[in-house]
Amino acid sequence: MANEEASRTATFPSGIVGVGLGEVRRNIPADEPPPLPPNAELAVIGKPVARHDGRAKVTGATRFTVDVVLPGMLHGGILRSPLPHARVRAIDVAAATHHPGARAVVMVARPGDAKTGVVRYAGAAVAAVAATSMAAAEEALRLIRVDYEPLPFVVDLDQARDPAAPPVHDGASLPAGNPSGYPAPAGLPVQGNVHGPAVARRGDVVGGFAQADVQVEGEYRTQVQTHCCMEPHAVVADWRADGLTVYISTQYTAGVRHELAEAFGLPLNRVRVIVEGMGGGFGSKSSLGNYGRLAAMLSRQAGAPVRIVLDRKEEQTDAGNRPGTSQHVRMGARRDGSLTAISVVSYGTAGVALGAGVGNFAESLYECPNFEGAQHDVFINAGPGCAMRAPGAVQGAWALEQSLDELAERLALDPLVLRDRLDPSPVRREERRIGAERIAWHRRHAPGADTGPVKRGIGVAQSLWSANVRTNSSCEVRVMRDGSVAVLSSVQDIGTGTGTVMAQAVAEVLGVSPAAIAVRIGDTEFPAGPPSYGSLATASITPPARTAAWRVLQVLFREAGSLLKAAPEELVARDGRIVVRGDPGRSIAFAEAAAHLRTDVVSAVASRADDYGGFRRRMGDGGMAQQDLGGVQFAAVAVDTETGIVRVERVVAVQDCGRPMNPRQIESQVQGGVLMGMSFALFEERLLDRRTGRMVNPNLEQYKLAGSCETPQIDVVVLENYQGNSATDAYGIAEPSNIATAPAIGNAVYNAIGVRMRSLPMTPAAVLAALGKVPSRL
Amino acid sequence: MAQAAAAGVEPAVLGPGTVAITLSVNGTPRALEIEPRTTLAEALRGPLALTGTKIGCNRGGCSACTVWLDGAPVCSCMVLAIDVGGRSVTTIEGLAQGETLHPVQAAFIEHDALQCGYCTPGMVMSCAALVRDKPNPTADDVRSAISGHVCRCGTYPHVVAATLAAATGHKA
Repeated sequence: MANEEASRTATFPSGIVGVGLGEVRRNIPADEPPPLPPNAELAVIGKPVARHDGRAKVTGATRFTVDVVLPGMLHGGILRSPLPHARVRAIDVAAATHHPGARAVVMVARPGDAKTGVVRYAGAAVAAVAATSMAAAEEALRLIRVDYEPLPFVVDLDQARDPAAPPVHDGASLPAGNPSGYPAPAGLPVQGNVHGPAVARRGDVVGGFAQADVQVEGEYRTQVQTHCCMEPHAVVADWRADGLTVYISTQYTAGVRHELAEAFGLPLNRVRVIVEGMGGGFGSKSSLGNYGRLAAMLSRQAGAPVRIVLDRKEEQTDAGNRPGTSQHVRMGARRDGSLTAISVVSYGTAGVALGAGVGNFAESLYECPNFEGAQHDVFINAGPGCAMRAPGAVQGAWALEQSLDELAERLALDPLVLRDRLDPSPVRREERRIGAERIAWHRRHAPGADTGPVKRGIGVAQSLWSANVRTNSSCEVRVMRDGSVAVLSSVQDIGTGTGTVMAQAVAEVLGVSPAAIAVRIGDTEFPAGPPSYGSLATASITPPARTAAWRVLQVLFREAGSLLKAAPEELVARDGRIVVRGDPGRSIAFAEAAAHLRTDVVSAVASRADDYGGFRRRMGDGGMAQQDLGGVQFAAVAVDTETGIVRVERVVAVQDCGRPMNPRQIESQVQGGVLMGMSFALFEERLLDRRTGRMVNPNLEQYKLAGSCETPQIDVVVLENYQGNSATDAYGIAEPSNIATAPAIGNAVYNAIGVRMRSLPMTPAAVLAALGKVPSRL
Repeated sequence: MAQAAAAGVEPAVLGPGTVAITLSVNGTPRALEIEPRTTLAEALRGPLALTGTKIGCNRGGCSACTVWLDGAPVCSCMVLAIDVGGRSVTTIEGLAQGETLHPVQAAFIEHDALQCGYCTPGMVMSCAALVRDKPNPTADDVRSAISGHVCRCGTYPHVVAATLAAATGHKA
């Protein structure tokens, strides 16, 4: 077991259940467990096991970060710029410092400082205060006097591209990093507010378009979407002489620990990060954030714990967003449908930040010898964007999947037939087949064929997302002398059910009930787990959970073997007992075997092995599996051509996540992805006032989200797709389920009304304008 | 106030300092000292440490803070604590009978009608009020009962299924 070099060969199930299940032989590390059979042969994995924390959540007992109260805790507030662009000439914090409730004051903007002396968006942090109550903090913030010199600003993507537009950044403030999770290469040119392009090229697009019999070309736009996590960004920082403890609503406890250690010059062993209940992140809680850093600074200064919870306006303006884009897509094809060239030129804006690309969707989804992509970031005076559920791919899919449908129509081909010709993925092929049957695709009529005022239509779109893995992912399994079991990791559960699938992986190995396993996660005192982003948590943490359980079981088997007078290799664990294989009469209870352990606790820690089949790409602590995660979604819509209202009546989502660990939780997540995609397609939009630079709908009633009454029937179908790549062979689902929805609805709207909607959101006004019934709002 | 003016009596001025009030919460009288500007949501979460009630937007736009006032679901962020008076307040902590979950709570677990769980207490309060008032609700009744609730995880389909199942359970 200790010998890392040792390996053995094992035979794994391979293929898609229902299509063809075969076998694949893999060379695996000797200390990894034996292959897991398909779900049909398992007791716990693949079953709709109830969440381990369900009871706590329905009774209100779950402690979220906003619920954390520490003795002597102070309340922090942040003073924010009312102007979208201004030089901070002076800040006077004296009166705030003397407020009777104030305990600490920190300046964020420093007059004269090249990096911080200018605020570049309305809502940017200027200073922060910690006080004995939130009311006192607000009073103290109001006592801070800031002398602003207003500067010219621009908050519109198109206007910002004008070389004469006011520059958002200067040399000192230009962002170097990329917060979106879709990195642009370093060293790209900057001209005015335009950064880039990041160019990707294959073959010769000029020659490709020359070979095309048919071409389509269009300008597609996506709006800025905000994350709207129901739990606001929240932190309680407790700075003490012996170390820093931070409670934070985060998607990555271990990552935040690193950030804190680096920001404050502390060793990792003096920083602890904790999250229990976590009220949603969707990409926006991936890192420490300004508010987290400020809470720690205020706590250090005040010598007391400091809580900062953003209010909804702060959430909407300074907690990240999905960048808006404008994309010019051109596709060329021969008569038979084969693609000759694709080109995508995109301009996106993540406000003052980078990361407004449109992903690798157009480059990778369909077979095409000639491709050219040029992606630009455009700076505007607005809050920074950040990763949001399938960053880039959601925007890219909106344009590409509608372009492909347009091409199919020009070729007089069924959109599914064209995709069958162009898409090499066997996964999506099966998904298209299943989905088409469910939605009754054969009944799809010609565009705009309905005669009444309410016109119905069906559309399809596909998704592409890499199967991501973080190998810096560890998990501990403990068996106690009373037979009780705990699984521990710093990994957090942001609502996806991570703790539950970990318990399932452990329970399957040990032959005990998953409900009996104590799930201890969300604390960096436990072995370092993966982040909950990139749809990689399940792929990264369930294999080490199973592996650690298997290693502990070998210890237990040695005890049980001597009691049962059997070799450890002859034993199996099932139904709460340890049984001699082939001789079920010889067995002992799991707890009885545990009672013979040499120590009160026996534990094993395992980390995520590389995919057994090898990664397609390895990047630092992570890798991409050989196979992407495919998804296909179908939408059925009704468009009222008199009111312009688009109603989504049904969505069929057929998805792949490798081995499904918990079908009920997966269904929940896919429904959520579909609803977020539908909400993006029809309702959501961050609106900035071009005259003041401020957001005019920074709340939850004018920033419109899909609710229960807009929710369509959603059919979720999940493939079982085995690759033999890890101890569980499970991958993620959060992001793939969010990519295809909007373009599927867009294609369905086209099928309904015969007019292509290229801009989001498809509001009633936009639909009526597209139908020529009202003037366009621009 | 109108009554006070009609009677020729100056209305009592409360605040800005704290005021002593008693709230009837989950069947128990609870004395607390609050500033008049304190909302019911803040009073529950702060001095009463009943943090199951969540604040999402703090302006009546998301219903995460839903509690019952005399049995009726309200956004507790839109009610001042001093205005509650003698009305009974029921929070998520008061819904289960000891260890026995309310049928809506049990059905939420069974149907996975929660993900991150932040909107869940408010959702449960609205759905429990619905099945109490309308033992045979339709799916549209449930959608309507939760139409003011925002759930970014998108649990609506499972919330509807769970609530319908809980109502059926009620009948049995």
